[in-house]
Amino acid sequence: MSSRKVFVKSPLGWLIWGSVAFFFINLLGVIGTVVVSSFGTEWFDGWLPSGWTTKFYTTAWHDYQVPNLLRVTLQVALAVVVISILVGTPAAYVLARRDFPGKKILMLSFLLPIMLPPITYGIPLATFIYRLNLGGTLTGVIVANTVPAIPFVILVLSPFIEQIDPKIEAAARMCGATTRQIFIKILTPLIVPGLLAAALLVLVQTVALFELTYLVSGPGSNTLVVALYYAVFASGIRPYQAISAMAVFYMLTTLFILIVALRYVNPTQMVSQARSADSK
Amino acid sequence: MSSVDTSARTFNLKSWLAEHGVDRLLFLLVPAFLAMLAFFIYPTIYGTYLSFHPMEAKSGALGNYRSFFGDTYMRNSIWNTFRIALPVSLINVFAAVPLAVRLRHRVRGKRTINTLLVIPMSLGTVLIAEGLSAYLAPNGWFNRTLLAAGIIDQPLQLLHNFWGVIISLLITGFPFAFLLTLSYISGINPKMEEAASTLGATSWQRFRYITFPLLTPGLAITFCLNFVLAFSVFPSANLLGNPAGDSHVLAVAAAQAIVNNYDYSMASAISVITGAFELAVVALVLVMRSRLYSGSTSGGKG
Repeated sequence: MSSRKVFVKSPLGWLIWGSVAFFFINLLGVIGTVVVSSFGTEWFDGWLPSGWTTKFYTTAWHDYQVPNLLRVTLQVALAVVVISILVGTPAAYVLARRDFPGKKILMLSFLLPIMLPPITYGIPLATFIYRLNLGGTLTGVIVANTVPAIPFVILVLSPFIEQIDPKIEAAARMCGATTRQIFIKILTPLIVPGLLAAALLVLVQTVALFELTYLVSGPGSNTLVVALYYAVFASGIRPYQAISAMAVFYMLTTLFILIVALRYVNPTQMVSQARSADSK
Repeated sequence: MSSVDTSARTFNLKSWLAEHGVDRLLFLLVPAFLAMLAFFIYPTIYGTYLSFHPMEAKSGALGNYRSFFGDTYMRNSIWNTFRIALPVSLINVFAAVPLAVRLRHRVRGKRTINTLLVIPMSLGTVLIAEGLSAYLAPNGWFNRTLLAAGIIDQPLQLLHNFWGVIISLLITGFPFAFLLTLSYISGINPKMEEAASTLGATSWQRFRYITFPLLTPGLAITFCLNFVLAFSVFPSANLLGNPAGDSHVLAVAAAQAIVNNYDYSMASAISVITGAFELAVVALVLVMRSRLYSGSTSGGKG
């Protein structure tokens, strides 16, 4: 289109692209600082560290018990994905297909966890989880992280289900299929892209979600992001390069999951739950 | 047929339920609803109840609230939160609009920009805070570059104050605002703008009188969700700000009550206060939004 050329030449166009470039340069600077610092022997003054080493990765790997953290993080994330998909999918189906008295109120109870800062409901939730004697346990962390994940699955899946022609289900029912058969043989194969998107988005979200895990976890049930927070917060105990190395471990985990996720979901789908919440 | 008439006249619960879409299929909602009931609704009610039962029983039911609002330092955390969350959300939303307008059609590099923007979002506030604490330091790359370019003589103090928190929220919040705005703007039928164009509207007029009004309801939601993110600034306020001073935000106050003092009752009270203020702003925005045009953005036959 010719209008695009005009846009790029206009001063406003340059301003916009300049701002985007400025944003990305700083982002690169932030990430680059962490990576460079993790490989440096000493970096107090100057553009770069005075020497290079990988020994701080060994330090971080052992001192922060990274293998353990990775195991906990993956266990929590996978459990949250499985539970939220199993619980959320049937609910998403009903909410996408049916109108019934009280639907609005029900929707509100699914929307509130998204509209509230996690720390707001996280504190009463943590108090409750501690009272159930699940505080500091893996189960407690999984339960806490499932709370925002279920509404997330419902909101991501609803548009996928709405797209499926109800006549297909009606036809199956006419041919004598039971509800269970319709679910397993008709709907599941049709919403596989939606399920995949929801699962991957919940995975990305759970690995990065800090507040809820922070409030509930204890030694042995900390996830990578919470351990990273403690490492940064208590900086001075260990060399700053080790903290940077720890940050690189976290970054690699997140980016790995993100790259896998972006093969199957569009970047704009990362925010799609908010979009579909709006249309309700 | 007479039998139909009688069933219509005498109230038949079963058919009334069936007419309103209540049948066994609704049982599929039960697991999700029970999960929310047990781990969201009940804890919220329990937390509210707890907030009216202070640890020091003699201070009365409103003891926590009285000590919160009676203490200038605690009361100021409300102002501190708003002072950070409001400008950050506004900047993020308004910066997202021009870029989203530019990228609403197929443009080369769109997917790359989107993908790159997802990175800070998924890295999360803790990692960005850790990176910024080195990047923005007086001897960090940011200040070094400005010094070398001769823009400043003294390193800028961007850490352990208001600015560190603001910058971290811009980095994590802007991509979110942009992607959401982009998904709203993609839902506006380009035919409408084309129609305006044939009537002689300039690109600014098309944006001002067509795209922008159709986009505003979406921007209201984008603002709300960004505001929610900015309202819980806990990691960045603690790591980049001055959590004892001007970054003593509500989230920090609540977390300190629980982590340092084990005062679940006070922490719950602060959560209630945080939730109330946050929902008040969201409600205000949504009420204003409901006065706007809220029809179809897809154009089409109608």
